[in-house]
Amino acid sequence: MSSHLSSLPKVPETDAPGLLAPVPRRSFLRYSGAGLALGGLYLAGCSKDDTNSPSGGFIDVGSGDTGILNYAYALEQLEAAFYTQVVANSYYTGTASAAEKAIFSDLKDHEIIHREFFKQAITTGRITDALVPDFSGIDFMQRTTASGSTKLGVLNAAMAFEDLGVAAYNGAGRFITSADYLTLAGKIVSVEARHAAVIRELITTNTFVANDVVDTMGTGEERSKRPQVVLATANNFLAAGSKLSANSFA
Amino acid sequence: MDLLQIIDDIAKADGGEVYDRFNPRRAAFRNLVGFGKKVSAAALPLAVSTLFTKAYGQTSTLPQVVIDTLNLALQLEYLEKYYYQTALASNILNTEQSGAITIILNDENLHISTLRSVLGTAAIADPTRAGYDYTGSQNRTRTALFPTLGGTTAPNAGNFTSVSDFLMVGQQFVDTGVRAYKGGAANLISQKDILEAALNIHSVEARHSSRIRSLRRGGIQSPTSATPKSWITPDETPATPPLPNNNVSGAPSTVGPYNAGASAAYPAESNTTQAGLSVQAITGVTSSTAGAEAFDEPLDAATVKAIAKNFAANPAALFN
Repeated sequence: MSSHLSSLPKVPETDAPGLLAPVPRRSFLRYSGAGLALGGLYLAGCSKDDTNSPSGGFIDVGSGDTGILNYAYALEQLEAAFYTQVVANSYYTGTASAAEKAIFSDLKDHEIIHREFFKQAITTGRITDALVPDFSGIDFMQRTTASGSTKLGVLNAAMAFEDLGVAAYNGAGRFITSADYLTLAGKIVSVEARHAAVIRELITTNTFVANDVVDTMGTGEERSKRPQVVLATANNFLAAGSKLSANSFA
Repeated sequence: MDLLQIIDDIAKADGGEVYDRFNPRRAAFRNLVGFGKKVSAAALPLAVSTLFTKAYGQTSTLPQVVIDTLNLALQLEYLEKYYYQTALASNILNTEQSGAITIILNDENLHISTLRSVLGTAAIADPTRAGYDYTGSQNRTRTALFPTLGGTTAPNAGNFTSVSDFLMVGQQFVDTGVRAYKGGAANLISQKDILEAALNIHSVEARHSSRIRSLRRGGIQSPTSATPKSWITPDETPATPPLPNNNVSGAPSTVGPYNAGASAAYPAESNTTQAGLSVQAITGVTSSTAGAEAFDEPLDAATVKAIAKNFAANPAALFN
């Protein structure tokens, strides 16, 4: 919910400046009425700028619009690889209902199309076409995560990927400078949101906009995530040497 | 959300001026001091939004194109809000349906609050239920398109009598909304935080569409022969009857939720060409309709207004 608040245009300053010295301002705010009442809930967290970027062994998506397209391409590679593996394994070929088979077949098609679209659209500066996934944390035989298992069931993993994809596209929009690319990202993210809602319904009825992904108590907005946050999760599903960084998009 | 982080970020951008703006000695801020005591956790995001609005008074300097984009979004949100509210009041939905629609209505109310807080005094007035006629008769000035969605005596107030019509038209509203947000995103490209908020509403609308579509199938596990899919299939473009354009300047002569908009930048939902590339003829793809399904299409403001005016009680008063 840090969105749409920090860059609001300003009206001209009218109050006389300089009533407070520069250094005490900050601490004054934190202990003033509103600062204490609101900030008190968050005082445990310090300024989180200046964290170190991931060091060696990471594939950086690059900078500018190409960097964001690469970022999307990487996530689509991951999703396409996941669904390709889903439809080849025993949950899908065995226990999945007819409706689930139809849904996963479509999801596999859509994600392959997204992957191949980015592969063709990024003509220069494209990252590798052969990111290596690591799905050792997923049990492709289980519909949902088995009790006591450390591995995700297929539906739980699909939900994680789809929700992450939506949050990722929404959080990346601000870094796009080309209106055409922004629209393209929009064309894809709403399809990912359709996917996410379907998978959620397969797991639990009427969780299509639950509070873990949408701020249902405050703004009604999707909980978008910045590239660094998204990649911290995505990298759990990528093999060493294929893990990603997005150092230009802090 | 970390408020201090936000304020730190702003301070870096504006040279610390934000701290002056939150100074309780400022008149604009004085009435907010202590307000935290009265604010519940649930109301916090809106309260913070109010805080910043008071500190910055932003609406006077929002660019007109941003105001217009957000106000169109707001009118569409109200169109949906009263639609769902009327359905729930009509006692026609089963438990699963009413559960889903209640959730969607909650989101729409929150979107309205969010948009209003960004727009401030530039926001349109609430059109109320009476501002809309979901039968499409424009308050009995022409033949109703969907008489079950409000009746023929007082169509801008009447209850709904058909669940299937409600879900079908609701799906069209939501899909039009998804296309409208997508089409409006480029107008917000210079206002990064407002853009992100709009994108975060856009995806929620798409989740709503997905849910309404599975309700129309009879539930998420319904047979694969049931339609529609949770994504927009190419056959929906020709199968959905087009609507009059209500003489909206710049809109095509007939308009529809799945039809093309005013220019080549706004293709029909059956489109399979993206950035000049064919997205259907791809190795490894099973379905012959996946290319169109994998991309949703944006819609221009004129076409969105033309579609929506069909459901205004007075088409001159809304979606201008």
